[in-house]
Amino acid sequence: MKILVCLKQVPQKDAPLKLNDAGTWIREDVSYEVNEPDAFALEEALRQKEKHSGEVVVVTAGPARAMQVLREALAKGADRAIHLEDDAFVGLDAYNTARAIAAAIKDEKFDLIFTGLQSDDCGYAQTGVILAQILGLPHATIIMHIEKNAGGIRVKRELEAGFFQFVDMPLPAVLTIQSGINKLRYATLIGIKQAKTKPMRKVTLGEVQSAIGANLQKIEKLYAPQKSKHTEFLEGPPAEVAKKLVEKLKNELRVI
Amino acid sequence: MDTILVVVEQREGQLNRVSWETITAGQAIAAQTGWTLEAAVVGSGVAAIAGEVAEKKVAKVYDVESARLEPYTPDAFAYALQVFLEKHPAKLVLMPHTYQVRDFVPKLATALQTTAISDVIGARYEGGKLLFTRQMFQGKFVADVSFAGSGPCFVTFQNGSFRADKVEAGAAPAPVETVNVEVPDGVVRNHPQEVFREAKQAVDLTQAEIIVSVGRGIKEQKNIDLAKQLADALGGELAASRPICDNGWLPMDRQVGSSGQTVAPKLYLALGISGAIQHIVGMKGSRSIVAINKDSEAPIFEIADVAVVGNLFDIVPPLIEEVKKAKG
Repeated sequence: MKILVCLKQVPQKDAPLKLNDAGTWIREDVSYEVNEPDAFALEEALRQKEKHSGEVVVVTAGPARAMQVLREALAKGADRAIHLEDDAFVGLDAYNTARAIAAAIKDEKFDLIFTGLQSDDCGYAQTGVILAQILGLPHATIIMHIEKNAGGIRVKRELEAGFFQFVDMPLPAVLTIQSGINKLRYATLIGIKQAKTKPMRKVTLGEVQSAIGANLQKIEKLYAPQKSKHTEFLEGPPAEVAKKLVEKLKNELRVI
Repeated sequence: MDTILVVVEQREGQLNRVSWETITAGQAIAAQTGWTLEAAVVGSGVAAIAGEVAEKKVAKVYDVESARLEPYTPDAFAYALQVFLEKHPAKLVLMPHTYQVRDFVPKLATALQTTAISDVIGARYEGGKLLFTRQMFQGKFVADVSFAGSGPCFVTFQNGSFRADKVEAGAAPAPVETVNVEVPDGVVRNHPQEVFREAKQAVDLTQAEIIVSVGRGIKEQKNIDLAKQLADALGGELAASRPICDNGWLPMDRQVGSSGQTVAPKLYLALGISGAIQHIVGMKGSRSIVAINKDSEAPIFEIADVAVVGNLFDIVPPLIEEVKKAKG
């Protein structure tokens, strides 16, 4: 099985974020990490390769800093990496991002393409499905299990409210992976060492420019949410806060 | 005249009630823009649903039919709606942001060389321009997003962004037109099996009056017991955000959020939960929300009635004692 995993670098979960001066994006001087569902997608690809042999290729579109997520993936066991490297990739909408990735892999044939089900920064939940449509491949979303069978694969889709569904589908296919599908591994020291010698292909914006167009959706303004609710903050030493809170639960919220 | 089309959601012949929220959103946008509001249901033998929707204040309802639309597959749904929209152009196509919609709308929008603005929580018409509000960075910020294409523009609305009970009824039933779409052989590539539930839900959190819920801030499995003690002292149920259940620290049936249970207790006490959108949609209807989190910028504080910025491991032990005292 030859598997492509799309990874996105996003701000770290608890990183304090600030708006840029134009109020259209965040200030980029924060710590980054790999988008969480993408980490599960990579893990799943590595497990499929261990079962069926083959190759795991990782791809990301982002500035120079985004190479870190590729390095980590190579250290965990991916075989090679593709980096669409340009600051401009940060500002692309999901349609353009998918078109850029499709252009970068046009000479390759993958059996499976994985993405995380959505990103922690934009949360479009679309790039994988758009990529499938561009490549003319079947897809399934929010996947919790993958098994190879005679005709292709059987996947387990997560539905809402605790429901699931198995879907049989042919290969090649695109799957968007849900967090929790597996247990993530750590990179080993030897893996980190080997990663340095693994191939990393750089793709410039110029190479994929003709495949993308103007963004069809535009962020006019980014801002802190306006509160619709009055929130009372309790302050003081823990013992005092605990006392105040219980008074509230008893006298105002009336749940004790 | 420009048209707004709401595509209601049906699963196995049943209308998903969240569709009423989308009709409410469509009615609100129609009132602001003066555009015509129409609705469509897509499926096989779903005329009854079209009739139900026609009772609401909409100009027309389309019943888009094909035997290949049951069971649901993204291939058939995207194909049928593409054919329909090419014949019945709309400026805006609105749907609820459900797992089913997420599964086929990006494909449909791409097939029509347009875009979908997803997981929207509000819409307004300003200076001749429609602006859609959506959360970004896990709810830490919101963005006003405009559509820059020529159409149609797909918009999917987050659960609970508009009120289903505000949907306006029509003066008389709207006309229903049946549109039969032929979905050719070879379009549908996936073979879905029966929908099932993993195991019988052991815990029905929807009935709980008090819920103590834990998130990543609990740090280790052994610390879950601290939250359990607080839940016991309050006489409530223990719940969790998705990562806790993914780790196996609590069973999946204790998960609150879009992939777990949707709850509305009298008290929702969130311990170390940052408040990712997927969690918030499952508990924002709670009568009162108390949040304890060390990060003062955690989005959970946006919807909390009472907030404590601090280390839960400092606050919860004395809190358990105070609750016990208060209960005598």
